[in-house]
Amino acid sequence: MSSIDFHEIEKSYGATPILKKVSLSIADGEFLTLLGPSGCGKSTLLRILAGLELQNAGTVLIGGRVVDGVRPKKRDAAMVFQSYALYPHMTVADNMSLPLRMRRLNAWQRLPLIGRLLPGTRGASQEIAAEVARTAEALGIDHLLTRKPGHLSGGQRQRVAVGRAMVRHPAVFLMDEPLSNLDAKLRVQMRAEIKELHQRLGVTFVYVTHDQAEAMTLSDRVAVMLDGELLQVAPPQEIYADPDDRRVAEFIGSPKINMIEGVVSAPGRVSVAGTTIASDIRADVGAHLTLGIRPEAFRLGAYSERGAISGTVRLIEHMGSDLYVHLDVAGVKQPVVARLLAERAASISIGHSLSLSVEPERVLYFGDDGRRIRAHDKPAKAAAALVRETA
Amino acid sequence: MSINRFAPPAAIFRHVVLLTTGTLILIPFVWMVSLSVKPPGEIFREHFSLWPEHFYGIANYTKALTSSSLPHYMLNGVIVCTMILALQIAVCAPAAYALAKLNFPGRNLILGMVLIALILPREVLSLPLFILGYHLGILNTYAALIFPYVVSPFGIFLFRQFFKTIPDDVVHAARLDGLSELAIVWKIMVPMALPAIIAFAIFSVVGHWNSLFWPLIAVRDQNFMPPPLGIMAFKNEEAGNDYGPLMAASTIVVGPLIIAFLSAQRWFVDGLSGAAVK
Repeated sequence: MSSIDFHEIEKSYGATPILKKVSLSIADGEFLTLLGPSGCGKSTLLRILAGLELQNAGTVLIGGRVVDGVRPKKRDAAMVFQSYALYPHMTVADNMSLPLRMRRLNAWQRLPLIGRLLPGTRGASQEIAAEVARTAEALGIDHLLTRKPGHLSGGQRQRVAVGRAMVRHPAVFLMDEPLSNLDAKLRVQMRAEIKELHQRLGVTFVYVTHDQAEAMTLSDRVAVMLDGELLQVAPPQEIYADPDDRRVAEFIGSPKINMIEGVVSAPGRVSVAGTTIASDIRADVGAHLTLGIRPEAFRLGAYSERGAISGTVRLIEHMGSDLYVHLDVAGVKQPVVARLLAERAASISIGHSLSLSVEPERVLYFGDDGRRIRAHDKPAKAAAALVRETA
Repeated sequence: MSINRFAPPAAIFRHVVLLTTGTLILIPFVWMVSLSVKPPGEIFREHFSLWPEHFYGIANYTKALTSSSLPHYMLNGVIVCTMILALQIAVCAPAAYALAKLNFPGRNLILGMVLIALILPREVLSLPLFILGYHLGILNTYAALIFPYVVSPFGIFLFRQFFKTIPDDVVHAARLDGLSELAIVWKIMVPMALPAIIAFAIFSVVGHWNSLFWPLIAVRDQNFMPPPLGIMAFKNEEAGNDYGPLMAASTIVVGPLIIAFLSAQRWFVDGLSGAAVK
């Protein structure tokens, strides 16, 4: 059992709050990713879980056991660091066997020279060596065991770091941006290997990253963090398609989601950028909203039943299978980006006008406070206030 | 930098300066070695020569080694320097680790005190230390020669600077691997800081091997005298104005230091420039 529970964790450095009452439950065997820009507190949360830092308030449970004040080595959590944190003066084999030696041999048995003469040391040492060899083989680094970290490539070091964490069969696997020091190609390869590792080991993984591609491809669930707050915890697909918060919608997705200001013009109608979109959200007439439209939600051409946004083509980016078209639309500050099929390229040219239609059900609505307004949802507070003012 | 290196006038100037200072430092040393192989008659001759007409080295060195207990003084030096160095590292490494990597109230205050201790001249403390030694009853023993140097502010400061360059993640990884704080010091920090340790070891050994002032105060018994004090005793009692054997004795005393420095030179520069192990 190695479920993890964070209960109202608070942490601040001096007067700067890093974590604001973060609560999160992670199931046994789950792969959860903490995703957020740098400085959002995700690494701090991971370090609190590992016991490397202490929270100012709140409780951490691992496997149902409160671990506050429990030393890192007693928490049965292994960690892979961004810098790998290998011991440069030890060989790969020594790096990997250290956690086992510290756990299975007593202080006397670990002494140089004398330790070898004590009863039980030899047997335990051989066992450790065998386990290190097995782990190394599983990771494909068995030929590197006698080398020192300084003589390894980035990918090899990464594997050694994973091996050192793996060798002692921890209940919880923690990874702090383990791929960010690798080149793009290796990153994709290691990403697949980490996914495989999780499936093979079946233990709980907590993975910290700022890279949304890693979060989306690896995780069972993604926890999006910003400024020390958990914005949303959901499976990757849901985070993308059904974000709770404007900031989540903006953080996830590349190219970025288009955010366009709109007003409820009549019941069930929202007017935006010179057009009107049918909508079943329950917001009062006159309420100001922000519409989030993913680039792929646009279709080329105007259809009578859908709202159509017209503008001037400013830039075309060819991406192979897709085409990113940047459109200057009157009344919208940022250019609107649409992702279209590459075959359409012939009909589009820079400086010409273009009409894009959008399916009403693919539009996300956000209130003034950044919270999502769903269909048949109560009107946003700000919108309600505005209505009272006008009434 | 690279442009300067190839500019001839600057390079010539630099070499002239280096050669001049190098020569100035080396002359007394060469003179000492030269005198140590000269017969008594040639030492005060009017004309200058580096190499004697009659090689008298064997006689001088034999006399230096046999007519006094120079080997015994050197053994004292080895015992005292080894003990001082071992205890210094045993004290400085954990202290430096705490100052570099642990957070505790009063850390900066303690670091400030270390820095103050660093600027305090040793001689200022000799009287209190003498009284302390007297009350402990250890004057005129090896312990008297060792105890004032066990805590080295310089060592603490040097190690701290080096430990600070070691990433925190390495310490975190060690904690997760199950190492205690002291195990982190001895198994991770000290091996990673080996260049700094070696540089410090050279400073410490050279300083205490050559130290004259404190041993002069702390010991009267010839059995505990370190080499320089031994040479003084040797000069007074045995040789009088016989400078040949005296210089031979000095050369013998300095010899081990030169060998030690030359063999550890590579780490010495690394350790002082604070280059972290990668």
